[in-house]
Amino acid sequence: MSSHYEAPIRKPLVLGDKSYADISNDIARPVETPPDRDWWIAFSISMVVFLWGLGCIAYTIGTGIGTWGLNKTVGWAWDITNFVWWVGIGHAGTLISAVLLLFRQKWRMGINRSAEAMTIFSVIQAGLFPLIHMGRPWLVYWFFPIPNQYGSLWVNFNSPLLWDVFAISTYLTVSLVFWWTGLLPDFAMIRDRAVKPFRKKMYSLLSFGWSGRAKDWQRFEEVSLVLAGLATPLVLSVHTIVSFDFATSVIPGWHTTIFPPYFVAGAIFSGFAMVQTLLIIMRKVSRLESYITLQHIEMMNIVIMITGSIVGCAYITELFIAWYSGVEYEQYAFLNRATGPYWWAYFLMMSCNVVSPQVMWIKKIRTNIIWSFIISIVVNIGMWFERFVIIVTSLHRDYLPSSWTMFSPTFVDIGIFIGTIGFFFVLFLLYARSFPVVAQAEIKTILKSSGETYKKNRDK
Amino acid sequence: MSAKRLHVMFDDDDILLDAVKEIVKNKIYIHEVYTPFPVHGLDKAMRLKPTNISIATFFYGCIGFTVAVLMMYYIMILDWPQDIGGKPSFTLIENIPSFVPIIFEMTVFFAAHLMVITFYMRSKLWPFKEAENPDPSTTDDKFLIDMESGSNLSKTKTMLKKMGAISIKEVKEESEK
Repeated sequence: MSSHYEAPIRKPLVLGDKSYADISNDIARPVETPPDRDWWIAFSISMVVFLWGLGCIAYTIGTGIGTWGLNKTVGWAWDITNFVWWVGIGHAGTLISAVLLLFRQKWRMGINRSAEAMTIFSVIQAGLFPLIHMGRPWLVYWFFPIPNQYGSLWVNFNSPLLWDVFAISTYLTVSLVFWWTGLLPDFAMIRDRAVKPFRKKMYSLLSFGWSGRAKDWQRFEEVSLVLAGLATPLVLSVHTIVSFDFATSVIPGWHTTIFPPYFVAGAIFSGFAMVQTLLIIMRKVSRLESYITLQHIEMMNIVIMITGSIVGCAYITELFIAWYSGVEYEQYAFLNRATGPYWWAYFLMMSCNVVSPQVMWIKKIRTNIIWSFIISIVVNIGMWFERFVIIVTSLHRDYLPSSWTMFSPTFVDIGIFIGTIGFFFVLFLLYARSFPVVAQAEIKTILKSSGETYKKNRDK
Repeated sequence: MSAKRLHVMFDDDDILLDAVKEIVKNKIYIHEVYTPFPVHGLDKAMRLKPTNISIATFFYGCIGFTVAVLMMYYIMILDWPQDIGGKPSFTLIENIPSFVPIIFEMTVFFAAHLMVITFYMRSKLWPFKEAENPDPSTTDDKFLIDMESGSNLSKTKTMLKKMGAISIKEVKEESEK
């Protein structure tokens, strides 16, 4: 059919000789088969780490923030570093599902479901840090403008920290409904082929009674498009507002107008790296190589390379502006960053974020799975150090040399951070075994235009 | 002979689309078409009206915008004006730059959530809702047209067979769901 034409120069996105039913079988397989030993090992390790993190959180709440390594000079360290790191990781999910939908990038369809899942799970981790840093998390409702018995006592709408509350909660809930709406037809597919009554019941509940009427699909497509249109400025605004937490302050090293675009690029950079890490494993374990192809990995590597270069430009611009401004405090902040006692963190940030993604210019490397995996991990380490460098090195030498100090994390700081990584993997591993991990309804729409066999037969 | 209701199954989206066009041309009423994925052009072939949900979303966004402005105007300007960090809070126009982020977030929040709620309500989707697709394979790889038989049943059947239907089932007229 001519309506399914796609230029022969485009590589197929669905490999192998697949039919619509094959797609359903392949996507339903991880849900319908019991998990193997490796899954249980991974799950147990994540669970133990998560429980250790929970213990550290309980200790923090029971005893106080004094259990952390913070001091009078460095009043913000790992907590906010981890918060920004996790929020940043979340950004790739929305970017893949919303921005690439607006740009009509079909390769989005193999990876968007897992990327969105990753968004939601990592924003949950991010939200934990401000919550426990409050000290009394049961008073979290004080964040919201609720009429109260203290008279006219309201939250401060001039504060970027409150902007963050609104940005993060909007981001989490909108990502969640975007994800769930896309999941309905795929849950319905699993529901309709389920044999066991319990599974049928569960997936009927999850699929909200999706029936696939023509009118439903018409609305579904319109809703997806408009949600993508709303989520695109939303995702840009979220990390912009996160960067305002620093940029609107008067601390040299934080008070920088380049922060919003620089943070957004960094977020996409680290998020794509995390998607890469997760999907390289998942495509193998769940046997999804036909849908998450080498081409998908290459595309993501190109995005990592480009955003890594943008981040590199931002680092150098910061240094230039510090020199060009003529403000000696600003100049010292950046000189101290690169050559002071935290030079090693700055060096790690520069080498992991600016240098390492540049190897992706070589096609052999960016189409190599092992290399892609290694670089995706390196990038995430680098991006954690970026936030650490921005936050701690700007604070540890403040206005009074007598209060200059260093920051060293306690086991509680480390435990909570590791614990969130465990929690993230607990959620992701559960997701990989109970959710349709590829948007199969969408993949079916491109099978005739981008399926390998269909393409071959047409191009003859 | 009274008109009967038919469930006609297809196994290909292009064949389905041609069949729908043919049925519409023969002026036979189509109750519903169930498909496993969005078949492009199906709504036009069925002569469905375009959905107005994006227009509704625009108004939902306007509601969010208004709520945000009024809320912050009341809290920060009317109820307890304070000079916080040198940001003047005594008139809305002076203070509005620092309200922009939350105005934007609330606009998106209202637009996105009310749109999705509207979609779920209009398409009857909610937890514990029973699915209504007549055959479970329509979420997998089959396409089903729920249609009237027209005045001449056998003629309709021949036409459908010729269009590539893989099965035609006569169903009793059920009470409307």
